[in-house]
Amino acid sequence: MDFNNYNTEEFFDELFVSNGCARPGASILVKRIEELQDGDLVRRQRAAEAAMMNLGITFAVYGDEQGSEKIIPFDIIPRVIEPNDWQLLEAGLKQRITALNLFVDDIYNDQKILRDKIIPEDVILSASSYRKQCVGIKPPKGVWCHITGTDLIRDKDGRFYVLEDNLRCPSGVSYVLENRQLQKRTFPRVFEASRVRPVHDYASRLVQTLGRLAPDHITDPTIVVLTPGVYNSAYFEHSFLAQQMGVELVEGRDLVVRDGFVMMRTTRGFTQVDVIYRRIDDDFIDPLAFREDSALGIPGIMDVYRAGRVALANAPGTGIADDKVVYAYVPDMIKYYLDEEAILPNVPTYLCWRDEDRQYVLDHLSELVVKAANESGGYGMLIGPASTRQEQAEFADKIKASPRNYIAQPVVSLSRAPVIVDDHFEGRHVDLRPYVLYDDDIYVMPGGLTRVALRKGSLVVNSSQGGGSKDTWVIAESPDDAAGSMSQMQQ
Amino acid sequence: MLSRVADSIYWMSRYIERAENIARFVDVVNHLVLDLPDQEANQWSSLIQVTEGTELFEQRYGTASEENVIRFMTFDMDNPNSIYSCLWAARENARSVRDAISSEMWEQINRSYLMVKDAQVSNRVDEDAAAFFSHFKKACHLLSGITDITMTHGEGWHFGRMGRLIERADKTSRMVDVKYFVLLPRVDYVGSPYDNLQWAALLKSISAFEMYRKRFRQIVPKQVADFLILDRQFPRSMRYCLSKAEESLYAITGSQPSTFGNLVEQRLGRMRSEMDYADIDEILDDGLHEYLDEFQDKLNGVGDAVYQTFFALSSAPVADEAGGA
Repeated sequence: MDFNNYNTEEFFDELFVSNGCARPGASILVKRIEELQDGDLVRRQRAAEAAMMNLGITFAVYGDEQGSEKIIPFDIIPRVIEPNDWQLLEAGLKQRITALNLFVDDIYNDQKILRDKIIPEDVILSASSYRKQCVGIKPPKGVWCHITGTDLIRDKDGRFYVLEDNLRCPSGVSYVLENRQLQKRTFPRVFEASRVRPVHDYASRLVQTLGRLAPDHITDPTIVVLTPGVYNSAYFEHSFLAQQMGVELVEGRDLVVRDGFVMMRTTRGFTQVDVIYRRIDDDFIDPLAFREDSALGIPGIMDVYRAGRVALANAPGTGIADDKVVYAYVPDMIKYYLDEEAILPNVPTYLCWRDEDRQYVLDHLSELVVKAANESGGYGMLIGPASTRQEQAEFADKIKASPRNYIAQPVVSLSRAPVIVDDHFEGRHVDLRPYVLYDDDIYVMPGGLTRVALRKGSLVVNSSQGGGSKDTWVIAESPDDAAGSMSQMQQ
Repeated sequence: MLSRVADSIYWMSRYIERAENIARFVDVVNHLVLDLPDQEANQWSSLIQVTEGTELFEQRYGTASEENVIRFMTFDMDNPNSIYSCLWAARENARSVRDAISSEMWEQINRSYLMVKDAQVSNRVDEDAAAFFSHFKKACHLLSGITDITMTHGEGWHFGRMGRLIERADKTSRMVDVKYFVLLPRVDYVGSPYDNLQWAALLKSISAFEMYRKRFRQIVPKQVADFLILDRQFPRSMRYCLSKAEESLYAITGSQPSTFGNLVEQRLGRMRSEMDYADIDEILDDGLHEYLDEFQDKLNGVGDAVYQTFFALSSAPVADEAGGA
């Protein structure tokens, strides 16, 4: 298989500068792929898929019959990011997350940004993800969003834009780590020669970040990962992270609040828990503080948290920053808190609660992407150019009924990368989700989840909507930073 | 260790052991009917008795034909004791403790499950039952080896081993019970080549044929019962299973052997010590079936005590914290 007939068309391509001309970081890869004998590439693709099935790297399909599990389709052609692009991304993400963290802290404490009228108070107080239960909370070291997975996209000109911030429970990092394992087996020599930066130490960094959240007098804190349970679609990731970190994976029913502490039930009685990496949404974590009907949570845990006797990551309340109306203000936040211009731009966003924006949106529904302010996973969305008149009319009604809850953005023609389709390559749209840990300083994992919209022409990359994934190779500037280099081995 | 995790590892092991035993049973009967064509229906229905599925089977299938029984015992999701049901349950348990077991164990359980699932979908078993069952048994043996060499022999491993051995003791007792009951009254068979064949089949179903030969040489019903119930060293004999389960129990609790601090230790210890001083002639005089029946009842009592002692930790505030962590 070769790239002779591969056409980048009018899009920015992640592997090719133009037809037949590979980007520097991808040149070894492209050369190697073209050297492979007929059928070899497809055989490698099948081997990777079989390995995923046997390893149980699957997600449960909701509403399907028992035993129905799917692998997230994995395309073995990696996506490559050049060193200078990565430097920009890294600096931009650090800046953005610093500002977002200050923002969340401000909102639940002093509310200076509201008093200074940078963001209208209404927008915050009316957000469905605003948690009044969190007012006055001071989490350890002032950090709210310990783990972030920012969604980035690239436009025709190759510029990166932030699409979503994801400060609640971003998932997918387990796929980054597993994809990398599969990828190394698929192209071992190319991998070595391409100077790819390593991602394997994510779990050690995560457990270190979590450990530091425990009160200072606890030297060997008990850390757990809290999962909604085995039927949650991200269960694989929860168990994977617990296993990689060597900590217990617990469900709500394993935990109980006793005498002012969170305890877990063990075969030898109750054991105190100090840090909880919770993969349950705010709403479900404590039926006494949030949703009464939650069967997943631990009654009373918020009181223990407020008293500083257990740490939660991420802190409850961070969802306020995920509201898509709040998102539109992030560049203003960066200016306000850091006195800097945003390094990574937002996608231009129309806020339907502003009269002039709403009128524009209603007049241009067939050209815009409309999103509900508090949905994720590709749900509650209208992609104008691909929609019918009836769908547009339905969204027009929804917007008029509840303008606060809708935003609109122009259609970005996402960048593409080649994927294997039967016996040749075709370009498919991709996005990028890097993972960021907020410890004493901010760590951006050099890599991330590249999601691919596998359906031809589709712009929706979510796995629930037919998306797949690729390994993401961030190319090291110097050989010392690459995976497998001597300096890495010695660590 | 979390109670829920211990519970899941314990049941994961029990279900795997159960599935493996079913595969043994089906495989042996499959062989046996080739030699005893006139006994076919009888053989197949005795298989259903072993797992106490007679009522459900009659409702769903009626005739105990080879095809029906294999389907019922292997793939029927409505039969909680089919191989498929057991594997499914084992895998669900394994999945909920994926972080506590080794990834090699998880991968092997997952592969075994996918193997049974694929065979069910493609119906391969009808064509080559023997190959399927032998393949499946090997998959179970592989898991047992992987478990022993990849998982720390700590609390979790001991819960797994205790579950596996309790399940195995139960299955051996059921196999002896049904076979003895079916075979012994047939006076006209005693001493005939058939007789030998049937007893040999019983031994084979628990992989005991060769080891029995080494100890007794001639196949004599009383000695077969002695071997399978009371042998000190054979890993599937009822006594051996209980004594090793007890070892794991003491490793979990840290109690002194021959003492008891909870209900499991008391019940299991009592059963094991009774077996240490039992004699096969006494057992046969008092009635083998009665003996085995009582054994199964008591073993269920041990299972209940395991649940009460280790898994059912109440959330209600208790005065005594059970010693903390």
